[in-house]
Amino acid sequence: MALFDVSGFKSYSELRGQILPARQTHLVDRTNHYNFGTKTQEFAVPVGADPSGFLKSCNNDSGVCIEMNHGTTTLAFKFTHGVIVAVDSRASAGRYLASNDVNKVIEINPYLLGTMSGSAADCQYWERLLAKECRLYRLRNNHRISVAAASKLLSNMMLGYRGMGLSMGSMICGWDKQGPGLYYVDDNGTRLSGRMFSTGCGNSYAYGVVDSGYREDMTVEEAYELGRRGIAHATHRDAYSGGVVNMYHMQEDGWIKVCKEDVSELIHRYRKGMF
Amino acid sequence: RLVCSFHVGIRGKDIVVLGVEKKSVAKLQEERTVRKICALDEHVCMAFAGLTADARIVINRARVECQSHRLTVEDPVTVEYITRYIATLKQRYTQSNGRRPFGISALIVGFDYDGTPRLYQTDPSGTYHAWKANAIGRSAKTVREFLEKNYTDEAIAGDNEAIKLAIKALLEVVQSGGKNIELAVIRRNQPLKILESKEIETLVAEIEKEKEEEAEKKKQKKST
Repeated sequence: MALFDVSGFKSYSELRGQILPARQTHLVDRTNHYNFGTKTQEFAVPVGADPSGFLKSCNNDSGVCIEMNHGTTTLAFKFTHGVIVAVDSRASAGRYLASNDVNKVIEINPYLLGTMSGSAADCQYWERLLAKECRLYRLRNNHRISVAAASKLLSNMMLGYRGMGLSMGSMICGWDKQGPGLYYVDDNGTRLSGRMFSTGCGNSYAYGVVDSGYREDMTVEEAYELGRRGIAHATHRDAYSGGVVNMYHMQEDGWIKVCKEDVSELIHRYRKGMF
Repeated sequence: RLVCSFHVGIRGKDIVVLGVEKKSVAKLQEERTVRKICALDEHVCMAFAGLTADARIVINRARVECQSHRLTVEDPVTVEYITRYIATLKQRYTQSNGRRPFGISALIVGFDYDGTPRLYQTDPSGTYHAWKANAIGRSAKTVREFLEKNYTDEAIAGDNEAIKLAIKALLEVVQSGGKNIELAVIRRNQPLKILESKEIETLVAEIEKEKEEEAEKKKQKKST
């Protein structure tokens, strides 16, 4: 009935249809693009399921053990000439090295980047979904989405499945009308704006290096070197990070890919100057 | 056909004006409860002509959407966005079963957060257009012609001039002068302000004076 619609009341059959996977909802009734995806979820969760409990039982050493893909170092920091984003490229599944050449930065559009750490599948899926929403926003509203709004969309997606075992720590970096933007978003729905973040299990090493060398008014070359060092030293000490350093520089007219250097060569170079 | 009251909207340089014809109310009725100009957010407001009950629903949804936008995008809505939302809502009701369209035409005015003034009009079919100045309701056609002649850059040069233009347009249609006029203005970076009847009376008096002066000038020209 029309009155049910305007008041937001949902009849039982509609609720049931949301829970049990059903036929396609008519695009006409989908208010998604004005509520920015807050009303309807991507995946319906069955009533009575307890994903986090199930996952806990899988982490025990006795019985079946499911090792999630974790292990990464990513970092990003703002300075006067923009934002530097640097990530490693190792994907591990427990003690097995799945790949040393993973791309952990998703290029959402020429003015937006997203980094990935945590579960590779979660990161890739949700950030690609974010890229889709950003593109739709641009088409509908004739102007690019702001970094604040993009990170809000991602954190709302995470909040929809809070407690159900998603694992994602991401930094959304971009340049919009308000200048350079850097937000940290994670699977709890945390969303923080800041000047410097590092995520992944190698983040403590990266923080140490970047904190000691950071100055707001660095030159661009100094900033590149700092980002490189942060990742290189983190991969040196953290077993779950490694591969190559992928570095991006977010400038006013878009991002540029700065370098893709092998960490072992970097460490060798630094060792000459270390001791 | 329902006889709607008359509304006019003017987009100035630093001000947007909405003028509404106030229907005379019964003696015992409280005047203040009949409001045809409503704020949708601090920087956007809307006047509607048509079924008041339908308008209430639309306004409620629009207000919620304004806040939802602020929450998710961390920016206030642009006037175009909220107009598009209202228009999409109206269109949805023209294309589904068991529903009838919303019986309202709306004038939506406001400022975008970059300071541009905007005026949009929607109709029950769900289309929307941007206007510099527009009128809806009865005798809208005659007033639109009046506005086409009188909407010049100097006519909207200042805030007061824009308000006077709106009053002039209203006086074309409304009988018995300032008492039956309700005016709302939004100035850039200021919330909606509904003018008091005293201010309207002063402005109407100024307009009358200017008209007389114009008539005098013309007389003098003719005689010389």
